[in-house]
Amino acid sequence: MATKTVFSEVKNNGIGYWGVLVALGLLIVAGAFSVFHMEHEGHYVTGMNNQIVWGMPHVFAIFLIVAASGAANVATVGTVFGKKIYQPLGRLSAFLAASLLIGGLLVLLLDLGDMAHVEEMARGYLNFKSIFAWNMILYSGFIAILVTYLWTMMDRRKMAKSLYKPVGYVNMIWRFLLTMGTGSIFGFLVARQYYDAAIMAPLFIAASYVYGTAIYTLLLMTTYKLTGRALGDAVLNRLRYTLAIFIALTLFLELVRHLTNLYATEHHGVEAFILTGEFSGLFWYGEILIGALLPMFLIWCRFLKNNRLALATAALLAVIGGFFFIYVNLIGGQAYPLILFPNAEVSSSFADGAINSYSPTLDEILLGVAGFALAIAMVVLGMKVLRLLPVSLADDQVDPHYKS
Amino acid sequence: MSNIDSYRRKFISGLAGVAATATVAPGVFLRQAHAKAPDEPASDKVRWGILIDTNKLTDGGDACIAACKKEHGWGDEKHSNDAQKSQWIRKVTVTEKLTGHTVTLPVMCQHCETPPCVDVCPTGASMKRADGIVQVNKHICIGCRYCMMACPYKARSFVHEELQDQKQNTPRGKGTVESCNMCVTRVDAGKNPACVDAAPEALLFGDLKDPESKISKALKKYGGTQIRADLGLNTGVRYWGI
Repeated sequence: MATKTVFSEVKNNGIGYWGVLVALGLLIVAGAFSVFHMEHEGHYVTGMNNQIVWGMPHVFAIFLIVAASGAANVATVGTVFGKKIYQPLGRLSAFLAASLLIGGLLVLLLDLGDMAHVEEMARGYLNFKSIFAWNMILYSGFIAILVTYLWTMMDRRKMAKSLYKPVGYVNMIWRFLLTMGTGSIFGFLVARQYYDAAIMAPLFIAASYVYGTAIYTLLLMTTYKLTGRALGDAVLNRLRYTLAIFIALTLFLELVRHLTNLYATEHHGVEAFILTGEFSGLFWYGEILIGALLPMFLIWCRFLKNNRLALATAALLAVIGGFFFIYVNLIGGQAYPLILFPNAEVSSSFADGAINSYSPTLDEILLGVAGFALAIAMVVLGMKVLRLLPVSLADDQVDPHYKS
Repeated sequence: MSNIDSYRRKFISGLAGVAATATVAPGVFLRQAHAKAPDEPASDKVRWGILIDTNKLTDGGDACIAACKKEHGWGDEKHSNDAQKSQWIRKVTVTEKLTGHTVTLPVMCQHCETPPCVDVCPTGASMKRADGIVQVNKHICIGCRYCMMACPYKARSFVHEELQDQKQNTPRGKGTVESCNMCVTRVDAGKNPACVDAAPEALLFGDLKDPESKISKALKKYGGTQIRADLGLNTGVRYWGI
């Protein structure tokens, strides 16, 4: 690195900064009203039912939790793999990860049927055979690690500096476990046709890198634009190709998963349902085209080299595609009926053998959006009070040898 | 009376006692095995199970469902839509695609030996008693619905609203998950589950661990089909005729 990186708080005090916070605040308040409504009335005011038991709040929550793990990857590359250009990006990476995780966990928590009983759980009613119980430990541990990690990056004292690398390693390993744990929520569901595969764990790890990198890139570009700080192509191109490679990896794992399923006769029904049935549009256009092919094109097309609009669009599409990915997996997987009797036509008053339909209510959507808004609001506030961002990320600052 | 006479008398009265016990005891022991004191824990010496003969169920299980509803009070939730209302037991019609053979059977919690719902529950609210009955402890259920995702039989329902006028023996709660508990309070009192009493000609309830019980003898002689036996869950509910 040519010169020592100087960090500073965001100095903006104008309508722009407070306007963003107020807008996010309004979304959070709307979400709070929705939570109150659902909690007071019960879940009958939602679109969820006994067939689609997890709905829109879970789509948001899983997306945010998975994205949190990926957002911390930027810091990992700097610490564990010693890539100097990533090191100035580490603070925002860790802070964003913690914020996304808190947002996601809150959505998950606020959707629970009986929040009063959560307190009992804190008093030790934990079943360690449950991946959910493990996830609670993994998630809360992750927040503690991120706070420590941030401290090692921000405190100039010798002790903090000496812990920078070890904590970076712990953070990386912990993230692996955490995202595997989240993927395994599905992987351990033995009877659901669309889940129950070990590949769900690595698939979620790869997907986490996509969403985390995409959100990080969007946040960095927006912030540097609004604060008038220099952001060079050297940093952006690193993020650009990281994003594209992980999109390709996710696509590859998804391909393997579907090809394996297509080989096994027992999975033909659910594959046909996702690939050609009611969810085919969401899968092909949402997950594959918007979430993978278009962003890869925008990044790897020679004529769009160093094009910032193309990168921002690619990152945004990857985020949108991520929601499609989770939606198709979560809702699509539940919409397809459980097979109690293979090779038979089945019917009952409880939707046996029937494709289940789901339409989320505004309450559910607002709860999810509020979780996302809370995460972003925390970052916007964090930038104001903590020195999270380098004053300049211009090419000559981050890499004097960079040639565009 | 000599010592020998006294010994003979004791011996004969002892014999009479043994004979009397042998005659009366089967009934006495049967009751003792069934009824359980309120503070007595469930015993792992028994495993309760139900055998359902679908050939003898002329109504496909309608009477069982009505009895279950009456016993536990589910299904009349006021605000919930049909997909949200609880169904602890349901009538499933199965027609084999190749042969066109149709069977109707009641499906409820299958009371697995290794229940996936218990494995995934983060709090331990979804639990299996020592006597094999699988149920939800509503006092610690947080309503995460992971057990509903995990159950291969779709046996569980979520309470989507506040409930009024509940049955005394079946406390239910908004925001918690519920399912067939094999009428645990009736079983503890030495009675049959409500569905079994509603169709005694087709349903048999008893201790699967007791080789002398009617259900064990019937299963030993003719076997009993499990739904999705491939999952290896060793269910406590078995069927004939499917």
